[in-house]
Amino acid sequence: MKSAPFEYLVPASLAEALETLAGHQDETKVLAGGQSLVPLLKLRLARPRYLLDINRVPELSYLELKDGRLHLGALTRHSALGREPSARGSCPLLAEAAARIGHTAIRNRGTVGGSLCHADPAAELPAAMIALGAELKIDGPGGTRLVPAAGFFQGFMTVDLQPDEILAGLSVPVAGPGTGWSYLEVSRRHGDFAIAGVAVWLSLDDKGLFRQVGIALAGVDDRPWKARACEDFLVGKEAKEEVIAAAREQLAGFDPTGDIHASREYRELMAGELFVQALRQAVERAANNL
Amino acid sequence: MSTRTITLTVNDQTLTREVPVRKTLADFLREDLGLTGTHVGCELGQCGACTVLLNGDPVKSCLLFAVQAEGSQIVTVEGLAGKDALHPLQQAFHDHHALQCGFCTPGMLLAAVDLLSRNPAPKADEIRRHLSGNLCRCTGYVNIVKAIEAVGAGAAGTDTVSTGAVGAGNIQK
Ligand SMILES: Cc1cc2nc3c(=O)[nH]c(=O)nc-3n(C[C@H](O)[C@H](O)[C@H](O)COP(=O)(O)OP(=O)(O)OC[C@H]3O[C@@H](n4cnc5c(N)ncnc54)[C@H](O)[C@@H]3O)c2cc1C
Ligand code: FES
Ligand code: FES
Repeated sequence: MKSAPFEYLVPASLAEALETLAGHQDETKVLAGGQSLVPLLKLRLARPRYLLDINRVPELSYLELKDGRLHLGALTRHSALGREPSARGSCPLLAEAAARIGHTAIRNRGTVGGSLCHADPAAELPAAMIALGAELKIDGPGGTRLVPAAGFFQGFMTVDLQPDEILAGLSVPVAGPGTGWSYLEVSRRHGDFAIAGVAVWLSLDDKGLFRQVGIALAGVDDRPWKARACEDFLVGKEAKEEVIAAAREQLAGFDPTGDIHASREYRELMAGELFVQALRQAVERAANNL
Repeated sequence: MSTRTITLTVNDQTLTREVPVRKTLADFLREDLGLTGTHVGCELGQCGACTVLLNGDPVKSCLLFAVQAEGSQIVTVEGLAGKDALHPLQQAFHDHHALQCGFCTPGMLLAAVDLLSRNPAPKADEIRRHLSGNLCRCTGYVNIVKAIEAVGAGAAGTDTVSTGAVGAGNIQK
């Protein structure tokens, strides 16, 4: 199984990468971890004329805590989210979600940027980024623009990214007193894409009221799905079982499809159940954190 | 056909070769270097037969182009055994009947080397989780887990899990 022929380009800086992209934008594919793109090349579902390998662009590999946020380069490997103490400690939701992606060897190569740009609706990181309120940094010929994760995903595997742009990195808030989180999913086997998944990132105030709530679902719509009505419902209310149950009643509006892995009804049922379990776990962690 | 010259280190031997840019690392190891221990099953990243260590970490060599390995260190199954003895994991696979046809074995071994380097005495469920990306069609999982557990238990306090990388395999000139 071989990819169709392509020209291999390996820029050494972000400026060089953007310049190359600007020159051949419609015929070029960016190659990051290759864990989604290389299978597509081999199946010849993608046949770019140029392959732009960004793995050697130093500006896309960073991981730092600054101004109360964790800043990640697009080339951050999935495995680094659980392994790097600064990432795991400051943003445990990402470590928890990344641990559910594929298998060890996939996580060693696959990148955060690749997962977001590929935008599989059942992928873990897009949902986690929406729950976190991540801010994406996109570079292009016109400079840098910042896009909230919730606005980045526009449809089935479609994102707010032009052919001459590169996702350079992103930032997420870090855990502090009163922060709780959870990522739960059901899948057929460990490492499979989620049949349904729920990411929660929240904080409680010292009276035990929801101060801030981010919830997003994976696998139940054509894109990662932000549970906006539930978030709004919860803020300011007391973090207790009856309130969580009432929030579940507000969980509607997503549109799962049935396939060989699970029926539409099963996905709906699992989404509701995981929603409750993930909120419970996040509240418990937040309470222990106060 | 677009080609490039690459220099990389395979099983402790540094070499330079010209490769077509669309050739995968798995095909390069097998066809250009004659290291046919790296097996190719699905070619899509799903079975794990092609697992090798890239700078110490297991990766699927069917999802990496050989040109991308420029400057890196690769360990294949041929790099595990010493001159006179099998790697402890290879010996344990032999002793515990952890292989039937042997197709999945090279990938299983390299995934297990990685696991033991991080966690010298893993429990059965940790082994299963770590090897979830490696499929065995002969379904001998029980004995594979037993073999790795045995090395883990025996390794407590000893240094048996380093990648020996003494034998480079017979790399084609
Ligand atoms: C067996 C297997 C199991 C898997 N299981 C899961 C799973 O359970 N959950 C999951 O989420 N994923 C899973 N994956 C996919 C994996 O997470 C990929 O790493 C991810 O989807 C894509 O990341 P990548 O870095 O490999 O990107 P690539 O494959 O290199 O690229 C993917 C797409 O994004 C574009 N792109 C990449 N980076 C950038 C950038 N910085 N700027 C602009 N465009 C960019 C590419 O052009 C391409 O279109 C699995 C893959 C395999 C092979
Ligand atoms: S051949 Fe590479 S994972 Fe199957
Ligand atoms: S021993 Fe035959 S595939 Fe595993």
